[in-house]
Amino acid sequence: MTTKMRVAITSGKGGTGKTTLAVNLAHYLAKKHDTLLADLDVEEPNCHVFIKGKLQQKEVAKRMVPGWNIRACSMCGKCITWCRFNSLIRLGNTILVLPELCHSCYLCSELCPDAALPMQAFPLGKLSRIKDGELDFLEARMEIGVEQASPLIGQALDYADKHFPGKEFQLLDSPPGTSCSMIAATKTADFAILVTEPTPFGLHDLSLAVETLRQLQIPIAVVINRSGANDGIIEEYCSREDIPIWSKIPHLRKIAGLYSEGQLLFEQVPELQQSLDEIIAKLEELS
Amino acid sequence: MKEIVVISGKGGTGKTSVCAALAHIKANELVLADCDVDAADLHLIFQPKVHKDEPFFSGVKALVDPALCSNCGKCAQVCRFDAVRQDEDAHFVDLLDCEGCGYCALICPANAITMPKQKVGRVFGSEARTGTPMAHARLDIGADNSGKLVTKVKSDSKALATEHSRELILVDGSPGIGCPVIASLSGADLALLVTEPSISGLEDLKRVCELGSKFDLKMACVINKTDINPRIATEIRNTMKQRNIPILMELPYSNDFSEAISLGQTLTEYNASQWQALFEQLWEKILKEI
Repeated sequence: MTTKMRVAITSGKGGTGKTTLAVNLAHYLAKKHDTLLADLDVEEPNCHVFIKGKLQQKEVAKRMVPGWNIRACSMCGKCITWCRFNSLIRLGNTILVLPELCHSCYLCSELCPDAALPMQAFPLGKLSRIKDGELDFLEARMEIGVEQASPLIGQALDYADKHFPGKEFQLLDSPPGTSCSMIAATKTADFAILVTEPTPFGLHDLSLAVETLRQLQIPIAVVINRSGANDGIIEEYCSREDIPIWSKIPHLRKIAGLYSEGQLLFEQVPELQQSLDEIIAKLEELS
Repeated sequence: MKEIVVISGKGGTGKTSVCAALAHIKANELVLADCDVDAADLHLIFQPKVHKDEPFFSGVKALVDPALCSNCGKCAQVCRFDAVRQDEDAHFVDLLDCEGCGYCALICPANAITMPKQKVGRVFGSEARTGTPMAHARLDIGADNSGKLVTKVKSDSKALATEHSRELILVDGSPGIGCPVIASLSGADLALLVTEPSISGLEDLKRVCELGSKFDLKMACVINKTDINPRIATEIRNTMKQRNIPILMELPYSNDFSEAISLGQTLTEYNASQWQALFEQLWEKILKEI
């Protein structure tokens, strides 16, 4: 059975409340629907702070990169001219592989006339999971010093489909921004919720994220966090661009305090519970 | 010439606001570089007059010439990124999935595939409304190579510093710990870590510190919103002490951050009596570190 609906939660700007919404929505949604929350913000995964219990590491996510076999190599140097990522370097009579730069295209390995570059596993990060009450949670965490986030995100999505089949909802806490890691996390989603704040920074970065998701042809809705007197700038933009605003979460200092302690908000902040009800009603309409 | 890079790990800690306030009070001394290229925001405050606007090319992607393609499908077989799709008469490449490895072009029996360079964004050389020379950029939607664009902004900012005889470059880095951050940090004389006392803020701070240590970087810390959670603020102080990273300043939680942004101002413009002296102090401490 495939997942009924995969919903990415993302934001152009960091720190707008994307993770806050993702964890609260996931816990709240799980009371009614079979739900998986996947933290794909692999560079700085923070959802687990709001999940009870200790995560169990299930897998070291790996990527295949070439390893050099000195005995087989005839030093023809073809691999170095082929590699467009500069991940192979010749130093004297040695071929050095730089796994951080490798994109795992297999070109050098498969075409090496001496078969001297067999592929081998290189660790990217960890996949961990836990069940907290009704909610299944999966976290992908990148190793420090690894440069490319996208391969790990792809593996986390595969893991989610394989090990959590038939979920009614998969919520994806996706990286902020508009670059390759954000795209890797959102491109397979059925829908994306964009969390923004009513400031010029929030609006500017929102518009970039909207352009990105439109290019990916993913339908979107906006949630305004820290809502208040300045909401107009987001509302005008959304009305001009014909983007629905699903909910507004008021700007309350209380939320910052509870968030800082890793507490769930909907039990203590009725305004947030109301927002979640609004969002879930919209999600139910779509699914 | 010295380079100070402001980073945060976690988004929303006030990195850009801190950077903008420093850039405002030292407008006549430094060059500003916005390396948060996939969500660059400094230009919203500094309304720069753009003197130079150039496309930036980096990396290549596969392009199938349908007139030459024999539709044999070998390209799709070797592609590890599932980037090759098939039409009735020819194969074609989805640019969002193509990583530019060139495997398909190398093995195509019809020689129908080329690897043209890709435009991934624009780079700007500008003058901020405060008179400060400024290097910034915009990453195209969905483009790869944000790290390369960061490196370009940094080298442009150095050229601006030379041109204007300025000794200091202030860089707004990107959040996270991946390739654009690593590119922002390369060659920095000081990484200024802006954090907040939340569990997430602390965790992200630790990851950024580890990254910094890996590259043997000199680091210093600013705690923003320090009164939000005194317990975690203490934990941050202890963590920084253990790692020998000085805390240069602690700033209170304040709505001035978002109010100032809403007016397109720096904190030091919006409420000078509150912030000017604090940021002057912070700057003096930064100078001591470098």
